Amino acid sequence: MTSQLVPPVEQGQRRPTPLPPRGTKRRSLRHGDRYWAYLLILPTAVGLTVFSIWPAIQTFYFSFTKWGTFGGHEWTGLDNYAQVFHDPELLRSLWNTVIFSVMTLLGIPLSIGLAALLNTKGLRGVGVYRALYFLPVVTMPAAIALVWKLIYNGDTGILNQFLAVFGVDGPHWLSDPATAIYAVGVVSIWSSLGYNMVLFLAGMQSIPGEFYEAASIDGAGPWRQFFRITMPLLTPTTFFVTVITVINALQAFDLVYLMVGKASPAIEESQTVVYLFYAKGILQGDGGYAAAIAFVLLALILLITAFQFRVQKRWVHYE
Amino acid sequence: MNRAHSKTKRTAFVVAAGLAAVTALAACSSSSGNGGGGGDSGPVTISYGVWDDTQGKVMQQIADKFHESNPNITVKVQITPWDQYWTKLKTAATGGAAPDVFWMNESNFATYASGGVLANLSDKLKGSDIDMSNYIDIQTKAYTFDGKVYGIPKDIDSIGLWYNKALFKAAGVAEPTADWTWADMVAAAKKLTDPSKGQYGIVAQSAPQQSYYSTIPQTGGQVISDDKKSSGYDTPEAIKGVQVWVDLVNKDKVSPSLQQMTDTDADTWFTSGKAAMIFEGSWAAAEFKEIPYAAQNANVAPMPKLDQPGGVSNGLGNVMSAKSAHPDAAWKFLQYLGSKEAETAQADAGIVIPAYKGTADGWVKAFPEFNLQVFVDALKNSSQYPSSMNSAAWQDPIELEFNKAWSGDETAAQAAANSAKIMNDALAAEK
Repeated sequence: MTSQLVPPVEQGQRRPTPLPPRGTKRRSLRHGDRYWAYLLILPTAVGLTVFSIWPAIQTFYFSFTKWGTFGGHEWTGLDNYAQVFHDPELLRSLWNTVIFSVMTLLGIPLSIGLAALLNTKGLRGVGVYRALYFLPVVTMPAAIALVWKLIYNGDTGILNQFLAVFGVDGPHWLSDPATAIYAVGVVSIWSSLGYNMVLFLAGMQSIPGEFYEAASIDGAGPWRQFFRITMPLLTPTTFFVTVITVINALQAFDLVYLMVGKASPAIEESQTVVYLFYAKGILQGDGGYAAAIAFVLLALILLITAFQFRVQKRWVHYE
Repeated sequence: MNRAHSKTKRTAFVVAAGLAAVTALAACSSSSGNGGGGGDSGPVTISYGVWDDTQGKVMQQIADKFHESNPNITVKVQITPWDQYWTKLKTAATGGAAPDVFWMNESNFATYASGGVLANLSDKLKGSDIDMSNYIDIQTKAYTFDGKVYGIPKDIDSIGLWYNKALFKAAGVAEPTADWTWADMVAAAKKLTDPSKGQYGIVAQSAPQQSYYSTIPQTGGQVISDDKKSSGYDTPEAIKGVQVWVDLVNKDKVSPSLQQMTDTDADTWFTSGKAAMIFEGSWAAAEFKEIPYAAQNANVAPMPKLDQPGGVSNGLGNVMSAKSAHPDAAWKFLQYLGSKEAETAQADAGIVIPAYKGTADGWVKAFPEFNLQVFVDALKNSSQYPSSMNSAAWQDPIELEFNKAWSGDETAAQAAANSAKIMNDALAAEK
């Protein structure tokens, strides 16, 4: 962990000037300035060290231990990792997490579409729509989970009542092992739609209007403009949103915890890796094993994110 | 964009992203302490950790009463909701900052007693006001570990067959009696099931105490051996104790399915008049009384008989922290909590059946609408709640395993065999 953390900092210190000047000329910092700079980053640095870096190092250490019930631990070497790769529950939870991640990725085109619609010139009540779509983002996950649980209720839920109108007998969405993870995924898409939409809107509005003017003079219709101008110039935003969405999806916990829960017959088919971490570490008191799960997840996130950065060259267009 | 620059930024971003992941996880395990301070000679404030809102108010009244005769000791009741109680307590205990006095249940007792979190009361009991024989025997036994007392029994519960008088009347079925057999109950449940109205005869919830923990002793089986070293789930008796429930759901179909009971909890099926019967605890009296429909229509009868009388009782104990900063004050308060006066006060407030023998009357009288004597009578056939040194390692996994029998994915025998394996592995891992 330490070795992964340090390099960027060291690089920065070793080569303070090779970075290209961005826009304005940059003087080397005078003594007093440097003092202030350090003072200003101090609160963040301390917070980061105490609440992020040190716990991460500890977690890494604990992943090689077995925990006593009340503190105390013994070194067990690679035992936890050996167990991790033979644990059917973990494999299942990884698969659930993949399903969940792929589902939430489907929310991205949806957000782009919405943003494009709300970016239409001359649309009335744009503010209202934007606020409406953004509302889930500022709503507490607990409230969202509660309301969706009511909607999804197999016997009294409004969704099944609606389906009944068409003669469809809906399942118990959240308690049926076959549907639970998808039902939770839909809620996740719904609740992140507004946030992504705002990012895409900002991206669209930073595209210079001349491009569209030139395109319409050349006879390009709105669809063509969208696919030939908006989409390519939006790719940096799309890339950013994709990376964040995947990371968030890989860490999904709250909706599964709130909407499915530990006693549900569907929990094994819907628990994500982080939920399994919680179940092992908190509910069953196996902290060492949970730490190992956390590091398997970390490795996975690093791998996927690094991969995304590698392939971005092929499809992301910076102006 | 310059390559070197973007690369540095990219590495930093990847690392930061990964770090955020681990941090989010690590944050779950951070601890919080609460201060003590102050000598025992002057006025002291001690904390009393509980998890129930309704009971918390009564506990505060009892604490205030204690304060009147001990003006130097102020007791602050800390209510932590059940969902977080054990997580928080474990973290606090690990950091040596558990409340001075707190609630304990039977599932967790041995874990905390063997972990050195609880004060050993055996020596203190000599020459004190507490006589352990005043408490219901299985509760005294439940809070004794390795021959030493670590907790003063607070209350006890038992299970009864709650039923809906209105639904019985509407279906023309005679109400349950003390002589009812399991077959009588199934026959009534069939008559009370009406799919066209979405109404079921019984809601057969899979919560252990309200289902197989109650029936396994009645078929002559055991959940855990007396020496707490092996599981009894893979015996024919225990399998029968599970089978009777699974049949209600999957064979006779007189109960909502497991999925239905997950979407809408079992108590709600009963209190909304959609299920005519439910195995539910003495603790439900206080909840049902608050729901007008249930208060008006519910009553309770003894559990119907299988092969022999039996059942399990769970009950809380008051314990004190081994690391309390004010052990004398905490012990004084603990003695008061175990006094006849304080135990009776719980009954009179209508919250629980006290563990102190012969003080249940107040509780029975607090709910004239229900025949609560049923629960008090059930105590004489009750055995101790199944638990071991590390019950948490097998209790939840086994609930999930039996859920598979409830949902029909496994037979009762398969689920019982798997549960026995889970439990035996966990018990073997206990030292």
